[in-house]
Amino acid sequence: MAEAKPLDGRSLVRRRAGLRLWLSAGWLALLCAVALLAPWIAPKDPLAQDLFLGRLPPFWVQGAEPGYWLGTDSLGRDVLSRIIHGARVALTVALVAGTITCLVGASLGLIAGFLRGWVDLVISRLIDIWMAFPPVLFSILLIAVLGPGLLSIIIAIVVIDWTRFARVVRAEAMAQGAMDYVASARVAGRGRLGTMVREILPNVLPTIVVLLTLEMGIAVIVEAILSFVNLSISTDDPTWGGMISEGRTSVHQAWWVLVFPLITLFLTVLAFSQLGEGLKDRYDPVLR
Amino acid sequence: MSFLSIRNLSVRLKKGPSLLRRVSLDVAAGEVRGLVGESGAGKSMIGKAVLGILPPSIEVTGGEILLDGVDLLQLPPAQRRKRIGATCALIPQDPLTALNPSHRIGPQITDRLVDILGWTRPDAETRARELLAEVQIADPDRVLRSYPHELSGGMRQRILIASAFAAEPKLIVADEPTTALDVTVQKQILKLIAGMQARHNTALLFVTHDLGVVSKVCQKLSVLYAGMVVEDATVADFFAAPRHAYSAALLAATPKYTDPSAGLQPVPDAVIAAVQAEVAAFDKGLAHG
Amino acid sequence: MPILRILLVRLLTTAITLAGVAVIVFFVIRVVPGNPIAMMLPPGATEEDIARLSALYGLDKPLIAQFGIWVSGVLQGDFGTSITTRQPVLDLVLGRLPATLELSIMALVMAMILGGAAALTGTRYRGGRTEGAIDVANGMALSVPDFLWGLVLILLFGVLVPVFHISGRVTPSLDLPFTTNFYLFESLLRLRFDLWADIVAHMFMPALALAIPLAAIIGQLLKQSLKETMNLDYVTLARTKGYGETRVILREALRNAALPTLTLVGVQFTFLIGGTVIIERLFSYEGLGNMAIDAVINRDLPLIQGIVILFAVIFTAVNLIVDLLYTVLNPRLRHG
Repeated sequence: MAEAKPLDGRSLVRRRAGLRLWLSAGWLALLCAVALLAPWIAPKDPLAQDLFLGRLPPFWVQGAEPGYWLGTDSLGRDVLSRIIHGARVALTVALVAGTITCLVGASLGLIAGFLRGWVDLVISRLIDIWMAFPPVLFSILLIAVLGPGLLSIIIAIVVIDWTRFARVVRAEAMAQGAMDYVASARVAGRGRLGTMVREILPNVLPTIVVLLTLEMGIAVIVEAILSFVNLSISTDDPTWGGMISEGRTSVHQAWWVLVFPLITLFLTVLAFSQLGEGLKDRYDPVLR
Repeated sequence: MSFLSIRNLSVRLKKGPSLLRRVSLDVAAGEVRGLVGESGAGKSMIGKAVLGILPPSIEVTGGEILLDGVDLLQLPPAQRRKRIGATCALIPQDPLTALNPSHRIGPQITDRLVDILGWTRPDAETRARELLAEVQIADPDRVLRSYPHELSGGMRQRILIASAFAAEPKLIVADEPTTALDVTVQKQILKLIAGMQARHNTALLFVTHDLGVVSKVCQKLSVLYAGMVVEDATVADFFAAPRHAYSAALLAATPKYTDPSAGLQPVPDAVIAAVQAEVAAFDKGLAHG
Repeated sequence: MPILRILLVRLLTTAITLAGVAVIVFFVIRVVPGNPIAMMLPPGATEEDIARLSALYGLDKPLIAQFGIWVSGVLQGDFGTSITTRQPVLDLVLGRLPATLELSIMALVMAMILGGAAALTGTRYRGGRTEGAIDVANGMALSVPDFLWGLVLILLFGVLVPVFHISGRVTPSLDLPFTTNFYLFESLLRLRFDLWADIVAHMFMPALALAIPLAAIIGQLLKQSLKETMNLDYVTLARTKGYGETRVILREALRNAALPTLTLVGVQFTFLIGGTVIIERLFSYEGLGNMAIDAVINRDLPLIQGIVILFAVIFTAVNLIVDLLYTVLNPRLRHG
């Protein structure tokens, strides 16, 4: 029998998936660089108000002032500089909250899925209870309890979103635990903890990495939503959500105050998600 | 004039290897032709090509499929479908997967009559009841109202046979209709198909890997190897003296119902090599001319 | 018999879940800093005034006692009194519930139409450019959450081409003859199409924002499932009967392919309902979610409790309904 050649369509999909992966990673890398270098590359002080320069349009529109590339908000603050500084909050939340959520959720899921028994019973019941909360309301409630601030946002995200990891990892750990290689590891004398960490975890890891990427995107959105309802960090610090909230109220007078942070947020969320999807297509045998 | 006449039909995987190599065969009205060969020889592919249900990854590269003198391959798709639906039918291999689990049995028998052939619903239902009686189903009314999962495999195959004969087709393709059934049921189903075929005088293209079945049901047969017809003969002639070395070897590898104790011969390597050389020579000939 | 068993088990786990939600929400919000009583009294109120009012709302008792009182009240259908509006929580919540239900259901319908159309078109023209385009659109829609779609829609259809209203549920100057709060349904029943059009013009964008991610999920799952179904024997058999591709997809494949999609859509629908909280805020739509955010900002503890419990009840009810629906629609389970 002649060997069947891979069809053209497949390699095309592959190439498109690769492009998607690189574009997303590129945007996120750019964002990281911008966030790190914010004080040096931002053209203006993001907090400097100048009521005489309020609601300046972006540079290509009649009435723009040089130096204020993307215009100013109603208090005369430079939109571009605020977006650049806003990247710091967004990325901090994405990385820190995403990672901690991942650690907490994946550990609980792994323990529940592998140990089974009453541990699993308790954790699954907790997951059920968590799923019955509307997440946005829950996060707003938590911020009300914890008070505004970066730390509160991170805690709120961890408390709410650990179930995303726990659910998937638990199911996967269960499936893996039923496989022969786990049984033979146990027969060969590995302990429970050893089996879990050395045998099961490596097989679930690709899934966890993909979920982590997706979670970072979600964290960025949650921060924006909390800023939007004025519950994020202090109102002075520039955040994308806060800018969107201001822009929403003056959208008819100064659309640019809403549009530019929105585009940035949109692209960032899209990039995290597409990065996750791209990684999934490429490396993850479970979620694919 | 044969009802079905396939001329030099070639089929291949898109941009891949050939699956059928210039296949020609005829089935006259009321005649039963067996298509035999190992799995992968392309016997099912012929049936699929006739019924227009080749998977999208497979393309016809040449030849004609004349149905009542009209080349199906030249017809626009919609017309081809109508024509096939009105004159041909399929008895599928696996009765467990060939009935739609979410429809009742009744509509699955009558749908073609009503939707394609324009019968009235009561007429079609009466017809369905008659057919079920003809395939010896005891309680037609109950069965017509049942869902497939409520019936046994043998029962479902009877229903599929009834459904195939519903529109009095001129040609039926039976694609290994007994392979998926219990041995005990196989004989009954075979007898049923043969009986129905004789009563309705339907041409039958019987795809099977079992020469024993061919000897019972068919009048003619085509032996396939690697998508090539290596022998086309009447059943009587074939079982008396197969002409091609490969068919002879295939026959020797088949258990004899008359003498089950006789030793079986696997197809010898030399015969395989010879027939493969034939295929290679054929492909080469194609490439050059 | 199996339906009854499933129902019983599900009711039990549902009860446990709801109890868990009640415990968590009650104790979490008691930790909220800021005394709600002090907030509602005019400045200059004395300590005595605060204490007196606290006693009125039962806020002076120990936490456990407060919890006991609240739970026994809830079990009798009494969710307490809102601190800010001094009306029964149940009345407030049930008054807003229709708005949120209408929004969610409209979004679900939109999602099913959009997602279904995408899946069917993608299956009909599978393997070609059309399917590729649908996949890309699905991927985009899925990657971005409802909140951002809401903002994008505001820009597109509220500012750039202002065809829909961007805030509120109905134009305030209109005279509303309604006796229920189901404006959308009641306007239809009363044949007041003028009002109906106004309500739809208000709901359209928030509903669409909620619908887009769900539509993408439905589109993806259903298409996947349809494509698998299209290779099954009974579909092939239907083709030999003379049916065209579209007919085969709709009649033979759709129903069987829709079943596995259904359960997943159930969970996703609860996510959609959860999304109404921020979408209602974004579009100033007077529903439960908007009220919930106000309640948090005003520290209206009884109201927060009531709304969270109601959401939890809705979520678990949706899951229950989907499970039952699955059982009913699957002939194999129905008779099994």
